[in-house]
Amino acid sequence: MKVAELITQLSLTAFTGKAGLDREIEGGYVSDLLSDVMGHSQAGQIWITLQTHKNVIAIASLKDLSAVILVKGNTPGEEALAQAIEEGIPILGTQMDTFEIAGRIYNLLRQPS
Amino acid sequence: MHFRYKIEGGDFTNAGSTASAVKKVLKQLNIDPVIIKRTVVGIYEAEVNIVAHAYNGVIDVDIDENRIFARFEDAGPGIPDITKAMEEGYSTASEIVREMGFGAGMGLSNIKNNSDKLEIISQVGKGTTVEITNYFNSK
Ligand SMILES: Nc1ncnc2c1ncn2[C@@H]1O[C@H](COP(=O)(O)OP(=O)(O)O)[C@@H](O)[C@H]1O
Ligand SMILES: [Mg+2]
Repeated sequence: MKVAELITQLSLTAFTGKAGLDREIEGGYVSDLLSDVMGHSQAGQIWITLQTHKNVIAIASLKDLSAVILVKGNTPGEEALAQAIEEGIPILGTQMDTFEIAGRIYNLLRQPS
Repeated sequence: MHFRYKIEGGDFTNAGSTASAVKKVLKQLNIDPVIIKRTVVGIYEAEVNIVAHAYNGVIDVDIDENRIFARFEDAGPGIPDITKAMEEGYSTASEIVREMGFGAGMGLSNIKNNSDKLEIISQVGKGTTVEITNYFNSK
């Protein structure tokens, strides 16, 4: 599923505007520990987290993740946002908590398209 | 090919820039993506450890046709017990650093799991040197 479609399906906020909307989401990873994501996430996954600082984007870029979703109404830091736009990595936002958004995305990604 | 990067302790905003620069170079050299991914994880973690635990450091990266060799030499407190530091979950990171999501105590094990050769030499009160080697045709 493309990032743009996920935004529509789940009414997500796209903090980064048009950046990276056509990236393909191939799965998800849930963690707030940076080394856990560094060591265990896979390319193409969308990363669900409550961390909002610039290093999140550094990791998303290094690991070729498809996008980042900030939960519970968190918003990205200024530097994170600038970096994400520059690298074309979408930062999305939701009011949902981690459990709920992860469940929704899980179901959407496993639907036969 | 040789590159040198300087790292300041506490400078979390730029943490990851060495890993990012090396990733670009390896891509240009058409190195196997699996090996690029492994190398990037190791370099990122070793770089972050200088930022999180040391005062400052120098990273030397050497690439030839067979391998990438990265050497992280810092001035810092050193590691009293390297075996213990290697254990997953062991961390002396401060509360603030942990809140940012660093300090999970998984960095050194990430490096170990993603390198062909890892050497750590440390002197308490002086600093730490970490050396990572990854071979390009290691299957
Ligand atoms: N360059 C370094 N200088 C001093 N201590 C270090 C260094 N690298 C690692 N350490 C020590 O080893 C521990 C484990 O490192 P690591 O596995 O990367 O976990 P973390 O960085 O999350 O604490 C650190 O908490 C620290 O005590
Ligand atoms: Mg570490």
